[in-house]
Amino acid sequence: MSQAEPEISQDAQRVITYAEAGVEALQEEMRRDPSIFYIGQGIGPRGGNFQQSRGLWAEFGGDRVRDTPIAERAQAGLGVGAALAGSHPVVDIVFLDFVLEAICEIIQQASTIHYISDGKFKVPLVIRAAGGGVRSTGPHHSHTFYSFFMHIPGLKVALPSTPYDVKGLMKTALRDQNPVVFIDHKGLYGVKGPVPKEEYLIPFGKAAIKRTGEHVTIVALSQMVHRALQAATLLEKQGISAEVIDPRTLAPFDSETILTSVAKTGRLVIVDEAYAACGVSAEIAAIVATQALYDLDSPIHRICALPAPHAFSPSLDNYLIPSVDRIVSEVARVAKDRS
Amino acid sequence: MVKPSKELVLSLYRGMVEIREFEMKAREIFRSGKMPGFIHVYIGEEAIATGICAQLRKDDYVASTHRGHGHAIAKGISARSSMAELMGAIDGCSGGRGGTMHLYEPEVGFLGSNGVVPPGILIATGAALSAKVRKSDQVAVAFFGDGAVNNGAFHEGLNFAATWNLPVIYVCENNLYATEMPFEQATKNTDVASRAAAYKIPGYQVDGNNVLEVYERAGEAVARARRGEGPTLLECRTYRWFGHHEGDAGTSYRAKEEIAKWRELDPVRRLRDKALADSLVTAEEFAQVDRDVEKVINDAAEYALKSPQPDVSTALDHVFSN
Repeated sequence: MSQAEPEISQDAQRVITYAEAGVEALQEEMRRDPSIFYIGQGIGPRGGNFQQSRGLWAEFGGDRVRDTPIAERAQAGLGVGAALAGSHPVVDIVFLDFVLEAICEIIQQASTIHYISDGKFKVPLVIRAAGGGVRSTGPHHSHTFYSFFMHIPGLKVALPSTPYDVKGLMKTALRDQNPVVFIDHKGLYGVKGPVPKEEYLIPFGKAAIKRTGEHVTIVALSQMVHRALQAATLLEKQGISAEVIDPRTLAPFDSETILTSVAKTGRLVIVDEAYAACGVSAEIAAIVATQALYDLDSPIHRICALPAPHAFSPSLDNYLIPSVDRIVSEVARVAKDRS
Repeated sequence: MVKPSKELVLSLYRGMVEIREFEMKAREIFRSGKMPGFIHVYIGEEAIATGICAQLRKDDYVASTHRGHGHAIAKGISARSSMAELMGAIDGCSGGRGGTMHLYEPEVGFLGSNGVVPPGILIATGAALSAKVRKSDQVAVAFFGDGAVNNGAFHEGLNFAATWNLPVIYVCENNLYATEMPFEQATKNTDVASRAAAYKIPGYQVDGNNVLEVYERAGEAVARARRGEGPTLLECRTYRWFGHHEGDAGTSYRAKEEIAKWRELDPVRRLRDKALADSLVTAEEFAQVDRDVEKVINDAAEYALKSPQPDVSTALDHVFSN
């Protein structure tokens, strides 16, 4: 089931950034639960490379907010061990690219232990990292490596696109007794949006319909939600009404909201900043093709990063990642397909 | 070395014999074709798990390796539930889902044996970090072989523990071969204990086939960790009598003379002979332990062989915790 954006009256509306929303979630949960501690590179006095932990060290001290050496594998492995011993660690990998350094501990250890211990050991662990390209961060700092976490049983994966979602999903992650891979987008940290002061949580496995529409369903992930919404505004001028859905979590995955939307629109476009091959977009296409093929009036279409390593040059980098223009033209083609 | 008490000698002897007999029984069942998977037995190395764990409290932590049956038993998992786990049976400590390389038991702080060589180092370090953040005086032990020390996780883990003064004891069971790779072909510096200097922590080489020496060194390291003074690296030199796993004879890469030499250093017999020579324990008292252990192991085998396999209707249980 989908969950609509909160109804917030204009005067009660408070606007904060995506980075601030994450900090608030951590602050509230760390005050509530002394078992939570936070480790990562530069997350202490500096407040995080992206200000994603600003103020936490000052409030909670160096015992619970710890800067680490550049050793992602140990960060993750220590997180697993601490979780087994009764803590609820948050391990900030900062750049999602570097999760590859730690991946064996996340996939071979964190995701398996609850199952292979017959449910005796829980692994309450949040692995946090920021993916995506922003301002030519180059081939080692721009990737969107999340599809393989969705592939792994035993992991939950959150992929928030708005300040509201960051806060609600992070709070849920910090109350979940499973390993959660929490993926911010570094291009979104400065984006502002309404976040109520009152406490709320967003359950995992509930997509958000970010815009309702009639003619075509666009499922977009992370930063691409914003581009899809901009594209939808432009498409409206061409008489095309697009529904934009943000799954918000990849695992658990809310298929129902997408299937319901496709039943209405008959058309599906998936927009993902990650590569197409074996990606989340492939999984979503498979879900709809296997469960709702006869609802479709045209073939499923995917708009993904082009299959090349991220280039530095702004001209190339902007070309490789799906742009609003590309989304507009490709969605329009799908919407008009009468074959 | 301080003169041990009779009770201590008998307790360490019993610990080693229980592991030895457990492993001998596991080999027997494996050879009968009834046991699934591949087992890595600990025979020849029993003094290390026994001597170290004898210094731990029930609420201290242990993280182990693929050769982990001995660590599990020494930390307090029963022979019954360990053997049932080796059978993949529901009465195993991991309900049959983990098997020989994935024994788990929170009740005794056993954070798992492991199918991957170095992660136990990081898991124990993380448990020690948790204890420190929680302001508990629990300590954690990581057991690992010589094969782990040339892996990056060894460096990362020890560096973290040293920097943060974490209550952890790193126990390298240097049995001179990583699978079939002789240690001197895997590294230039074969003195594992000397590597502690790189982290400015204490490192000691220990005769891993002398349970009393292991016990004494472990006592110092555990006390140091509990006092909040940080980690210690113990390199326990030892040897596995058999191959890397059952089915590997272990003779294609190791000389018969070398194997025979190390068998002469049998930690069980050494303790026994010393205690007899010192007139500390009688032959009959040792024989009584042997008989008691035999009963425990036979009972464990019978229990494990009767325990059913998990029902397939439970195959997807426990993927997630509620």
